[in-house]
Amino acid sequence: MGVRHVGERVKRVEDPRLLTGGGRFVDDIRLPNMTEATFVRSSEAHACIKSIDISEALAVPGVIAVFTLKDFGPEFAQKRLPQPAPHPLLKFPSTQYPPARDEVCYVGECVAMVVAQNRYIAEDAASLVWIEYESLPAVTDLRAAAQPEAPLANKQLLGNIAASVPWRYGDCTEAFAVATHVFKESYVQHRGGGHSMECRGVVACHDAPTDLLTVWTSTQTPYMVRRFLAQYLGREESRTRVIAPDVGGGFGPKVVIYPEEYAVAFAAMEIGRPIKWIEDRRENFVATTQQRDIVWEMEVAADGNGKIVALRGHGYLDGGAYLPYGLVLAMTSLMPFPGPYAIPSMDVVLDVVLTNATPTSPVRGAGRPNVAFVLERLIDLVARRLDRDRAEVRRVNFVKKNEFPYATGAKLPNGVPVTYDSGDYEACLDKALRSEIYTDFEARRVMAREQGRYLGLGIASYNEDTGMGPFEGATVRVQSSGKVLIQTGAASQGQGLDTVLAQICADRLGVEPSDVSVESGDTAAFPLGIATVASRVAVAAGSSVYEAAELVRAKAIALASGLLEVSEEKLKLENGTVGVVGDSNKHTTLAELARRLAGSIGIPTPAGLSPGLEATAYHNITRPTYAGGTHIAEVEVDTDTGQVKVLNYFVAHDCGRLLNPMLVDGQIAGGVVHGIGNALLERMIYDDSGQPQTTNYGEYLLPTATEIPTIHIEHVETLSPLNPLGVKGAGEGGTIPAAAAIVSAIENALADREVRVCSYPVSPEMIVQLIDSRNS
Amino acid sequence: MPDIRKITLTVNGTEHTRDVETRTHLADFLRRELGLVGTHLGCEHGVCGACTVMLDGEAIRSCILLAVQADGCEVTTVEGLASRGGGLHPVQQAFWEKHGLQCGFCTPGMMISIAAWLKESPNPRAAEIREAISGNICRCTGYQNIVTAALDAAEILRREG
Repeated sequence: MGVRHVGERVKRVEDPRLLTGGGRFVDDIRLPNMTEATFVRSSEAHACIKSIDISEALAVPGVIAVFTLKDFGPEFAQKRLPQPAPHPLLKFPSTQYPPARDEVCYVGECVAMVVAQNRYIAEDAASLVWIEYESLPAVTDLRAAAQPEAPLANKQLLGNIAASVPWRYGDCTEAFAVATHVFKESYVQHRGGGHSMECRGVVACHDAPTDLLTVWTSTQTPYMVRRFLAQYLGREESRTRVIAPDVGGGFGPKVVIYPEEYAVAFAAMEIGRPIKWIEDRRENFVATTQQRDIVWEMEVAADGNGKIVALRGHGYLDGGAYLPYGLVLAMTSLMPFPGPYAIPSMDVVLDVVLTNATPTSPVRGAGRPNVAFVLERLIDLVARRLDRDRAEVRRVNFVKKNEFPYATGAKLPNGVPVTYDSGDYEACLDKALRSEIYTDFEARRVMAREQGRYLGLGIASYNEDTGMGPFEGATVRVQSSGKVLIQTGAASQGQGLDTVLAQICADRLGVEPSDVSVESGDTAAFPLGIATVASRVAVAAGSSVYEAAELVRAKAIALASGLLEVSEEKLKLENGTVGVVGDSNKHTTLAELARRLAGSIGIPTPAGLSPGLEATAYHNITRPTYAGGTHIAEVEVDTDTGQVKVLNYFVAHDCGRLLNPMLVDGQIAGGVVHGIGNALLERMIYDDSGQPQTTNYGEYLLPTATEIPTIHIEHVETLSPLNPLGVKGAGEGGTIPAAAAIVSAIENALADREVRVCSYPVSPEMIVQLIDSRNS
Repeated sequence: MPDIRKITLTVNGTEHTRDVETRTHLADFLRRELGLVGTHLGCEHGVCGACTVMLDGEAIRSCILLAVQADGCEVTTVEGLASRGGGLHPVQQAFWEKHGLQCGFCTPGMMISIAAWLKESPNPRAAEIREAISGNICRCTGYQNIVTAALDAAEILRREG
């Protein structure tokens, strides 16, 4: 099989360009005759638009056009944006008009668009667009918004609860009735924004004679942008090309399709000149989706050994003013239950509540951290109340290695049973318990205590559905030069996808990764694609490349067998050649084979073979493959100031086969830091009137290098039986249990005060208040 | 009427004389006027560090410096980090070998900050490097490999003298 590059720490093929200023992000794109746009955004959280006066803005020299929704024409004035994720539970119009029609529902909603010669002039003019608002009552507090008497977040609604999503299996009522132990707890979780370092941006260019619309957008899903843009504009997809250039981080919010993308494309067609719009960071805080609060009231039933027999509860999720990604966030904040645990019955309901704040959608981890937090706090609670070891209670509850494939009892909406394909949660737990951080902790804790310092250790385990369907695809083509080209629909935002695909292909075809180039993220380069989200493309695109490369390999061998007059079993692929085992005189090259199959006038294609040394494969996925792991966090809590320092961090991580361990470790470390930010720093705050209070990096804190310890990582590889590589996704595992581990550690540090921490982010004030309330 | 001044500055060894609006910041001047798009804008309020360039050898945030303030100065951007012969600067090489970048957006500013700082602190410890880059936000890497890369680059620079 010759596995040489897969599994190795291969340097990334993307890097030479990115290291030398050769990155081409959307703001780096310059087209002849290009104009720049800026958006006028609502300063009101909820209001009717009484009038918009654009006359002064239009008069500014250098302004080309000013658009409000009515300038889109009568057809578009009635047309809300498409809903890319419809759901039977979503019964009302849940998307915006781009720009707003007659009602604004969050600060930051687009109301008008100014197009000018450059951004500076556009912003000058934008400040001269006068909008008359009639304020309406705004609601931002999640629990208040969920009450029947709350003001409506949107006049179209009958109530603020957009949908009530259930997730249940087994008979909870009976289990709770007979349980020996029942514990209750409530949680408040806040996530914050994705905050990729590159904000969003769009460049749209319409060539009228050929009617080709080309859109560059900083997106995780060029194919969905193409589909819905074409649908909205009434165009053929074949005349609508969408390109994701270099994307400076995605993390979830860039899979949403935004009003600005539609508006800029529309306007570019109207004015007949390319338009560029780049989001600035202030806009990003209010106009890019984020996650905010989920509140839970949960109950767990357990036996005397700490085995959980049933779990039930209810949650409210802050949906924001619109649902541009349907109910996906609600699903991902619910369906990960019961996690890595064998829980016989479950009944959880999550209400999605609309508020007058920026719309919410999944941010790295995508609701799975929320579920992990609930499960891990409950496990810790059971352990504490039953006076048992936290690790052992996890072990008692884990799905065991010999129980895979394991059906949890839950069923997906399409009736398919949720089944964990493979895993070894105990192995990850054991690695964590054998780590030096864990084994030496008690000695450090005692020594610190003698110095008046408080150290704590937290444990958190999780599993994660990765590699979700339906598919990705790839074409693998040997070119006449002998170099290999991969074309795929999958898009990258920094994960190193091109490198990993090159490694997979290189092994199949006996070439070097540096001989393989990748075209990705461009709807013109490959016919179909889905999206880079939910830790799925290594599985989906990686497997497609594997399958296509295998077909190419078979074709090369079949052709070479005829040319060299040697039977197929005697042939081997290495160094770009096809040679004969044991006979170094007979060989041909992939380049020669490619040239033969590329055809010459009048010469027939060799019998039994189709043209081109290439193949296309779509890896079809029917079920996700489950990654998992255990994290250990060590913190120091200053009981006077409430400050928390993360001193040590350990991850035992199982993502199946490691395609490139260096890249996987990078994903894990990056993911853990999102989790640390989540646990201790990041909060998107709105006041009671819906005004955002944290709209810059002085007010909204992101982790910097000094907040982060060295993150120790060890791997368990339980291969996935669901794809030829045995790989599972790795993009989000670092984040999923991190907040739970850190909060558990904080509580452990304050164990002698018996505080219980049930919300995050954990601020210094919160810790001081918790300590004070225990003292009094 | 926009306020226009003539400025002359040397960028990556090449002198440029241009008329600029006084309100144009240095990052926009480098990107738009000179086409040097390697310097990126992450926040435009001086916190994230993605826009970091060297001004007369010191790392500064080009999003909160006006282009007119750079009149008469020498600027080094990521495009000018590598040696004239085309090889990579040790910081660039170390970032490549140690996987110190993922999306690449914060990377130019991060490398400039490190390259400038290593001139003053040629023999750093990891904790000092973390302090030195605490003004550069990375959302992808978790900083771990950036620190490793900086340590490696420091060693190479010490060897090269």
